Amino acid sequence: MAKQQPRVDAVIVGLGWTGSIMGMELTDAGLNVLALERGADRTNEDFAYPKPADELEYGIRHTMMQKPKQSAVTIRRNLDERALPQRKLGAFLPGDGVGGAGAHWTGVLIRPTPTDLQLKTFADQAFEPGVLQEDMQIQDFGVTWDELEPHFTFFEKVCGQSGTTGNLNGSIKEGGDPFEGPRSEPYPLPALQDTQNTEMFEKAAKQLGYHPFPNPSANVSRAWTNPYGMQLGPCNYCGFCSRYGCLNYSKASPQTCILNALKQRSNFAYRTNANVTRVELAPDGKTATGVTYIDDNGEEIFQPADMVILASYSLNNVRLMLNSGIGQMYDPIARTGTVGRNYAYQIGGGINLYFDDIEFNPFATAGATGKMFNDFSPGNFDSAQYGFIGGAKMHSSQASGTPIKTPLPKNAPKWGQGYKDALQKYYGHHMKLSMTGSVMSYRSNMLDLDPTWKDPYGMPLLRMTFDWKENEHRLSRFMRDRLSEIADILKPDYRDEGFQLEGSHFKVTSYVSTHNVGGAVMGTDPSNSALNRYLQSWDVHNVFVPGGNAFPQNFQANPTDLIGALTYWSAKKIREDYLKNPGPLMSRS
Amino acid sequence: MTARHLIPLLAGSAIVLANQAFGADDDTVQRGAYLARAGDCVACHTAPGGKPFAGGLPIESPFGTIYSTNITPDKKAGIGNYSEAEFAAALRQGERADGANLYPAMPYPSYAKLTDDDVHALYVYFMQSVKPVAEQPPETDLGFPFNQRWGISAWNWLFADADTFQPNASYDQLTDRGRYLVEGLGHCGSCHTPRGFAEQEKALDGDSEDYLAGANLNGWWAPSLRGGDDGDGRGIEGWDSQAIVDYLKTGRNAHATVGGEMTSVVANSTTHLTDKDLMGIAQYLKSLSANPAGDGATTADQRQQATDETAAHLQAAKNLSDGERLYIDNCAACHLDDGNGAERVFPPINGNSLANADDPTGLIHTILAGAKPPATPTIPAQLPMPGFGWRLSDDEVATLATFVRGAWGNDGGAVTADQVAKVRASIDDAPLDKAVDPNGELNHDDGESHAANGAQ
Repeated sequence: MAKQQPRVDAVIVGLGWTGSIMGMELTDAGLNVLALERGADRTNEDFAYPKPADELEYGIRHTMMQKPKQSAVTIRRNLDERALPQRKLGAFLPGDGVGGAGAHWTGVLIRPTPTDLQLKTFADQAFEPGVLQEDMQIQDFGVTWDELEPHFTFFEKVCGQSGTTGNLNGSIKEGGDPFEGPRSEPYPLPALQDTQNTEMFEKAAKQLGYHPFPNPSANVSRAWTNPYGMQLGPCNYCGFCSRYGCLNYSKASPQTCILNALKQRSNFAYRTNANVTRVELAPDGKTATGVTYIDDNGEEIFQPADMVILASYSLNNVRLMLNSGIGQMYDPIARTGTVGRNYAYQIGGGINLYFDDIEFNPFATAGATGKMFNDFSPGNFDSAQYGFIGGAKMHSSQASGTPIKTPLPKNAPKWGQGYKDALQKYYGHHMKLSMTGSVMSYRSNMLDLDPTWKDPYGMPLLRMTFDWKENEHRLSRFMRDRLSEIADILKPDYRDEGFQLEGSHFKVTSYVSTHNVGGAVMGTDPSNSALNRYLQSWDVHNVFVPGGNAFPQNFQANPTDLIGALTYWSAKKIREDYLKNPGPLMSRS
Repeated sequence: MTARHLIPLLAGSAIVLANQAFGADDDTVQRGAYLARAGDCVACHTAPGGKPFAGGLPIESPFGTIYSTNITPDKKAGIGNYSEAEFAAALRQGERADGANLYPAMPYPSYAKLTDDDVHALYVYFMQSVKPVAEQPPETDLGFPFNQRWGISAWNWLFADADTFQPNASYDQLTDRGRYLVEGLGHCGSCHTPRGFAEQEKALDGDSEDYLAGANLNGWWAPSLRGGDDGDGRGIEGWDSQAIVDYLKTGRNAHATVGGEMTSVVANSTTHLTDKDLMGIAQYLKSLSANPAGDGATTADQRQQATDETAAHLQAAKNLSDGERLYIDNCAACHLDDGNGAERVFPPINGNSLANADDPTGLIHTILAGAKPPATPTIPAQLPMPGFGWRLSDDEVATLATFVRGAWGNDGGAVTADQVAKVRASIDDAPLDKAVDPNGELNHDDGESHAANGAQ
């Protein structure tokens, strides 16, 4: 019999962005809330100037990330391959410890478009039957722009979002994104400073008739005090954002935006090094009774709770549901089950441009520094004629100037004197044109429990089945051609490129994106979603699962803004209805 | 699961329960608790990591170490046997129940101003709401002659015969309330009024120009709180009343962020006061004429010109001195080239009273050990300034501090490596920022594991 802790009203699994938001909302509602965090504690002191500015420690050795021993997934590219576990992080880098990936993210805080939230409805209107891939499983989110807008607005205030407003209550504003959904309020703060590459990109993009605007940023451009009284310092453009904790308290994170406020509350507590292995269910399987976790002494402990919020990383949320028997595991052959269904990802690609005579000063930049245009989002252009659905944010960003990751031409030597010579020649002479693209959901891109591999506690690892599909190859081809046109205008002395074009496969060894989404998706139909539109499990009503796992497919930008907004949306429903009358918030019929 | 389990737990229910046990008048208890906050009793009467009000904090004085006493209602270790009259005598005259004199580390010369009503509320609070703790703090044992407590009677006769507060009709009611709090419970003069030959505060009220004129506190400059408009700008002269309220309420405003001993004063005392009381305090401080500007004091225009010159030189980054290089590498990311930081987030060191103090101890200490603003209810953010002692030598700190004290319009004078070495040796790990919750729990900011509060 596991040791048992005193009961709490709500237990939160994972203390990153969604766990911190839920912590604020549920303690506001008067609940007694406990958060269990698998990793170590991290406070602002951990990011004290200038310690985070260490590329070897954080950028290469992944000090802020989960280790494969804690959280490996097994990976295969199709249903016929045998999945093997990660031995080393590569394609994606989930965060470790308090703050989660919210502590080491880049800080691009951008909304989806209204169309992105209702992509299935859009596809049915804009595409003739038979144009799209037969095995595509795209769906609407089940929540509309108008419903989420106030939550975007609030979360962006929490983060001190910096940028240029493009659509204020339907009125299009100069300099912003004319394709963005109507905002009820302008950006809280003005945009970050431009850099040389953004000015060049903007000029060329405008020449081609596009509508560039500053990357929406959670690296704040000015000092900011948020609605919780939390404070961020103005970004000093040190360039240590993605993979680093911010040494200037300028990047929105659970630490800078929420945690000091949450920790003040007497009805909140948290435990670190508390690794939740499963949610325990009542005998009828309809409610959760709490969670079981392993503490840092290796002891198994039962934590009773009246509500369970799964707020860990999207992949781990899905794994916890599967290992706990919450809902039915997805089977792509029988086409049954919903947990693990519709795993999706992000596709990227870019062209490196090298200029002998231009100094880009990449060391003076913020993670979100850059400009993008949204002309190629669904509904803004006719992709049916090219045979794909989806879109991409086209941008030139300059996220960092760290030396080890300095891009060099493909033919430059990788070591020795030749490498040193190339580094000296090209450092600071490079800019990039990039696309960040959507990834649709498909019958065989999915998550389930690995039949072979287990973790140190005997629990099955999560198995990921994923590959790029033809739709994304076509999207990449189209976007590549558009970026090439920009490169032609800019006339670099040397250029090379990397895109996921026809025939390319998902590679796990080099970084792609940490925008792993789906697997426990939200919706209005229990036959194709694991969660209802309030992020409540259809099957176990006192389990809520906020996170990227809720996306039915991915859109062409960064997920954090939507994850934050969805979490506030879910919390609102919990506070207004669920606490008064605990039970399913939507009926299954 | 039932809905009943989700009924909210009331924060602060512990206080309510404790009161009911004694059948006390809640209003009086709560007023007493508030006054105890205003007097910041918990700060001195709680040892690091100890139980609230159980005493044992070592207080360094020029005469030796004085240990604060246990003022919980424990009948043996604390003040549980004190009558209200005995309590009042201790508070206002520094007289123990057994007739012995308290050392004037206890600010009874200020508390003498307390009204009978407030003494009563404090008495009820301590007797009926504070948890008794049976721990006996260490005895204070000063060497001869200071262990002769009878000698304090003469000191009291000379310096401490202040009367109970008398309203002054020349102030409006709010300002006069502020005067009561500043001169009385707030005992601001303990740190901010210069001391005389017998370590007495040179003045106990605003009738004297010495009152709150700034003082050296173990090397840290506790700046002048005389807020009138015509000083040299190194105290709070340039602050308006709302800026003073913000500082006391949140530990930060456009001009400064709290540091040193004042950090715990904000965390344990002033942040818990009502906005109205804080405004009264602010208005009273603004009513005190500023210290006369010293010889060679600069004008605002001169300081702006000097600021522009330093900022331009740092930005050009040509022919930098070692001090300038150290500043750019270690400080400029937050405090910026103009030394002005970012409003309310990173405090200015340009014109900062600590940076310009005659004694550089406070500045050196801050560079070496860093600082952390308190988490206050309205501004919970804690953006710590990291310490740089681990990466800068004594020489480098001296060079950096010398630059900071001469940059922009600052005129603090040079710092030597010997001064830095001395401060470095004195730094212990005692954090300055820990708030104490008088309801019983230390308000931990972080840690490996915390039990769910109230979950039992």
